[in-house]
Amino acid sequence: MGSDLTRYLRVEKLPHIWCAGCGHGIVTQAIVRAIDELGLDPVKVTIVSGIGCSSRAPGYMNFDTLHTTHGRAIAFATGVKLARPELKVIVITGDGDAAAIGGNHLIHAARRNIDLTVICYNNTVYGMTSGQYSPVTPLGSFASTAPYGMVERPFDLCELVMGAGGTFVARSTTYHARHLTNVIKQAIQHKGFSFVDAFSQCPTYFGRRNNMRDALAMLNWYKENAVSRDDWAKIPPTQRGSKFPIGVFKDEEAPEYCESYRKVIEKAMKEGDAK
Amino acid sequence: MEGKTRLWDVKINSKWCKRCGLCVAFCPRGVLKLDDEGRPVVVDIAHCTGCLLCEMHCPDFAIAVKRSE
Ligand SMILES: Cc1ncc(C[n+]2csc(CCOP(=O)(O)OP(=O)(O)O)c2C)c(N)n1
Ligand code: SF4
Ligand code: SF4
Ligand code: SF4
Ligand SMILES: [Mg+2]
Repeated sequence: MGSDLTRYLRVEKLPHIWCAGCGHGIVTQAIVRAIDELGLDPVKVTIVSGIGCSSRAPGYMNFDTLHTTHGRAIAFATGVKLARPELKVIVITGDGDAAAIGGNHLIHAARRNIDLTVICYNNTVYGMTSGQYSPVTPLGSFASTAPYGMVERPFDLCELVMGAGGTFVARSTTYHARHLTNVIKQAIQHKGFSFVDAFSQCPTYFGRRNNMRDALAMLNWYKENAVSRDDWAKIPPTQRGSKFPIGVFKDEEAPEYCESYRKVIEKAMKEGDAK
Repeated sequence: MEGKTRLWDVKINSKWCKRCGLCVAFCPRGVLKLDDEGRPVVVDIAHCTGCLLCEMHCPDFAIAVKRSE
């Protein structure tokens, strides 16, 4: 990255701790490129994360950042956004952080339609703790806690967030880095709860166990299996196999939580004054 | 193509690079190669189109593509 983008990084903290070929750096770059292309004032951007390899990203990002507790990033971000609604609040989370321990925060933030941008670095595994399966590990895949293959059915996080009421929902992958940057830009601009399911390779603990020997093999897997939303709709469900859709799945308007809450405050203040 | 047609500079920050090889795999013009020690090196800058594929797929923020001065 040129100095135009590295100015958004805490360069004194680099090189980062992620493994060679880890997708998390590609997603992080996509986020700072999106912020740069949107021309956001960096002082008005706050980044919040939980715990995981993915959640270490804000430590390298030169904004106001909060590295919180496992699964709770969205709860902290809700507090930030309610107190300072003028800030762009971006949550960086992992599939374990967002969908396992933090699953309840995710669905309720989506239900409230609070104006946060949640970017899930989805590597379908707990990377940081050496490869346990997560609620999105594909059926039949191997993980340290699924030595005979995953028997649980996975969440489709986009479907989950749409079902819970999130108003902007999209998916992309690190193979599609330009597309990923574009959907992140749209997500940041959207008013209301935005969710980006960013597929990000973990060559160390997912790839090697699942017949993909390095990062490139994993990116090629994304290339071969990702289909556009429209093409996805044309494939009969029984023939979808390992394919998955990418693109923007939902982009709708609904009352935003902080605004609705502010109206409650104003009403209560007025009634209080009248007494 | 001769030196005068060179439009782009590609800089690799060896302090941040972890030698994953993704930049080399993504370059559509053969501008980059891995050396004997697995380090990416610029071998044919004249063919660079500034497409940014190498930079955007570098997980280590280690590549900078810029217009030549
Ligand atoms: C309360 C609590 N429980 C468990 C852990 C252990 N732990 C740390 S990271 C992690 C999972 C991270 O997975 P994910 O969010 O997918 O991030 P990744 O490392 O894959 O990017 C777990 C279980 C913890 N730190 N705190
Ligand atoms: S363990 Fe996986 S997710 Fe964590 S840094 Fe390594 S490759 Fe990335
Ligand atoms: S993609 Fe980046 S980290 Fe990987 S070899 Fe190229 S410069 Fe090095
Ligand atoms: S900018 Fe494009 S053409 Fe130039 S080195 Fe990078 S990938 Fe190759
Ligand atoms: Mg994970």
